[in-house]
Amino acid sequence: MDMATADAGASRTDTRPLAIEARGLVKRFDGALAVNGVDIAVPEGAIYGILGPNGAGKTTTLRMLLGIIDPDEGERRVFGHDNPQDIARLIGYLPEERGLYPAMKSYEAIAFMGALRGVPLAEGKERGKQLLEGHGLGHAIDKQIRQLSKGMAQTVQLLGTLVHRPKLVVFDEPFSGLDAINQGKLERLIRSLAEDGTTVIFSTHVIHHAERLCEGVAIIAEGKVPYAGSVEEARDRIPAQVRLETRAREGRWLDALPGDVRREGNFWHFPLPESGIEPLLRALIEGEAGIESLSIERAGLHDAFVAIAGEAAARAMGDNDPGEDGHG
Amino acid sequence: MAEHSKARLSLLHAALVIARRDFTAVLFSKAFFFFLIGPLFFLGISGVAGVLGAQASQGATPPRLAVAMAPAEADAFVAAHERLAEVTRLPDLAVDPSYHGQEAGELLASSGRNIGAVLQGSLAEPRLIGPKDQIERWRGEVALIAADAAGSQAAVFPPVSLQPTQTSIASQRSSHSAIATGSVTLLFLLTMLLAGMVLSNLVEEKGNKVIEILAAAVPMDAVFLGKLFAMLAISFVGIAVWGGVVGPILLAGGQALPAVPDPAVGWPLFVVLFLIYFAMAYLIIGSIFLAIGSLAPTVRDVQTMSMPATILQLIVFFFASFAIQDVGSTVELLAIAIPLSSPYTMVGRAAQDATLWWHLAAIAWQVLWVAIFVRAGATLFRRKVMQSGPRGAKKKRRWGRKAAAPTS
Repeated sequence: MDMATADAGASRTDTRPLAIEARGLVKRFDGALAVNGVDIAVPEGAIYGILGPNGAGKTTTLRMLLGIIDPDEGERRVFGHDNPQDIARLIGYLPEERGLYPAMKSYEAIAFMGALRGVPLAEGKERGKQLLEGHGLGHAIDKQIRQLSKGMAQTVQLLGTLVHRPKLVVFDEPFSGLDAINQGKLERLIRSLAEDGTTVIFSTHVIHHAERLCEGVAIIAEGKVPYAGSVEEARDRIPAQVRLETRAREGRWLDALPGDVRREGNFWHFPLPESGIEPLLRALIEGEAGIESLSIERAGLHDAFVAIAGEAAARAMGDNDPGEDGHG
Repeated sequence: MAEHSKARLSLLHAALVIARRDFTAVLFSKAFFFFLIGPLFFLGISGVAGVLGAQASQGATPPRLAVAMAPAEADAFVAAHERLAEVTRLPDLAVDPSYHGQEAGELLASSGRNIGAVLQGSLAEPRLIGPKDQIERWRGEVALIAADAAGSQAAVFPPVSLQPTQTSIASQRSSHSAIATGSVTLLFLLTMLLAGMVLSNLVEEKGNKVIEILAAAVPMDAVFLGKLFAMLAISFVGIAVWGGVVGPILLAGGQALPAVPDPAVGWPLFVVLFLIYFAMAYLIIGSIFLAIGSLAPTVRDVQTMSMPATILQLIVFFFASFAIQDVGSTVELLAIAIPLSSPYTMVGRAAQDATLWWHLAAIAWQVLWVAIFVRAGATLFRRKVMQSGPRGAKKKRRWGRKAAAPTS
C-alpha cells in the first residue's frame, strides 16, 4: 500500500505533511507478539500522544518509529524516510529509562548527545552551557552527573535531547518521575516546541497529560491500536451526557427520557438523544417535569479511552499511574 | 526532502564520536591505571616466584651417594672422587665404614642422611642401588670414578683454555625460543586484559541505560566499531607509556645491562609485527567479547557467558605456545591458519624465523578474518543489544516466561 495515501489517524481534513506515518507495524520477541499491527500518522508540528497502560507496546512502537529496532512486518516513514536513522540529526529522543554517563559533567553530557546528532563538540559544549543557564541549572554546569539530583539529571538529559534543535522530538514517558512543578514545566516546554513548529510525540499512561497537550492520540492496548486520531474525534465517539435535575419525580415527561437513564435522587443521567436536546426539552416542559437544572457534558478522553480500549485497560492505566500527581 | 538528505552522521564519523568518548573515559579511569600497572604485577609475580624458587633450590640439600664398599676400595673411590671433582661435576659422597655390609634399603630409608643411591660391589664391578632415574643419572660418574680409582696410574687431565663467543646456533635457537614464548605470553595477557575492559565498558553502558540513547542516534555498527577501536587506541597508549619508560632505561643502561638477544627478524621489525599481530588478536577476540556483551542482560550473565570465551582464549594461547616450539611443523601451520591462534603463532614465528613473506601472507589472512569477525560481531550486536536488558531478565526470572524485550 502506498504510504502517502495512508490515513492512519491523521484528520482527513488536515493538509499538513506527515512527520511520522506507520502502517501495520508488527514486532515479536521470542515468538510473542509485542506489537500487533500498529497504524499511526502524525502531522508535522503536532503534539501527539501514545496512550496506553504499561506493557501495552508503547516503547516498542516508539523504538520501531525511531529505527532503534526494526519491525517484523509493516512499514514506517519519518519525514518521508524509510530508515529513521537516515535523518537522525532531525530527531531528538528521550527514552523512558534515563541514561547518562555518571562521570561526565553536565554540559559535556549535553554536548555528547549533540555530537551523536551531528553538532560539533565545541559548539555542543557552548550550547550545553547556555541551555543549562537558561533552565536554571547554571550552578550545575561543571558538576558531574553523579553529583546531580535525579530531577536535575533528568533535566540535563532532556536538554541533551534538544541541543541539536530537532524537528521531531520523541519522549517516552516524559512525565514519569517528575514532581508536579516539573511536570508543569515540561508541559510548557512541549507546547513551546510545538509553537516553534517542532513535532512532539510522547508516550504516557496518564490520560490527562495527553488530554491537556495532544491534538492527536493513538490508544494502544495489548499491542494493538484500536484508535488513532484526534483527541476531539475520540471524545466525539462517546455521546455527550445530559444531567437533568427535576422537582417532579413522576409524570408523563418520564416517557420522554431515553431507556438507559440512570437516576440519583432528583438527578437523571443519560446520553444526549440523537434527535438533540430541543425535542426532549419540549417534552419535559409540556410534561411538567419542573426543570431545576439541565447540563450537557461532553465526554472526556478518559471516557473515550474506556469505551475504546475497555475497562480492563483503563484499570491498568489507573493501577500503573503512581505518577499522575507527580509521584511516579 | 533534499534538506534531509545529509541528516545523519557517516558510519566513520559516528564511530569516531563513540570512540572519542570511550577513549577519554577509559584513559582517566581506574581501569586504565590497572592496565598500565598490569605488567608490573606480572613481572612482580614472576620475580617473586623466581626468588622463591632460587631460595628453595639453594636451601635444598642435594642427594648424596653412599659408598658402601669394602673399606680399602671405598678409600680409593673417595680419593679418585676428590681428584676428578676438580675438573668435572660429581655427586656428593656419604662415607662411613659402617655402611659396608649394611642393607641398602636401610641406608636409602634413613631420614637424616639424604642418600639418593647406594654404591656396593667392588671397583671392578660396582653396583648402584636406588631409584631408577637417580641411578641412571649417576651411572656415568660412578663408572668414571671407579675406573680412576681402580687404575694403577692416575689419569692426567690437560688444562682446557676457554675462549667465549657471543653465541652459537644452539644458544641463538634457545634465545629465539625464549623471546617467542615471552612475546606470545605478553600478547595473550594484553588481549585478555583489553577484551575484559571492552566488555566491562559495554556492560556499564547497558547498566546506565546510555545504550538506548546511542542506538537511537547512530547505527549500532558505529557503536560497535567505536568501542572496539577506542580500546585499541587505549592499548597503544599503554604500550607507548611502557615503551617510554622501558626504552630510556635500556638506552641509559647501555652496556651495563646484559645483552638482549635479537629476535630472528631484528628488534625494530619485531616490534612493528608485534603491534600488528596484537591489533589483529585484539580485534578478533574483542569482537567476540562485544557480541557476547550484547547478548547478556546483566553483569552476572556477562560473567557467565564470557567464561567460555576466556577458556577459548586460554586454549588458543596454549595451542599457539605449543605450536611455536616447532617452526614449520604441521601443527604450527595449522595454528597459523586458524584465525584465533594465527596472530599468536606468527609473533612466535617472527622471533624464530627471518622469512618475511610469511608475515605478509599471514597479515592478509588475518585482516580478512578480522573483517569477518567484526562484521559478524557488529551484526549480532545490532540485533541483540536492544533486546536484552535488566527488565527483560527480571521478567524472565520472576515469571519464568521466555525472555522478552522491555516494552511498555
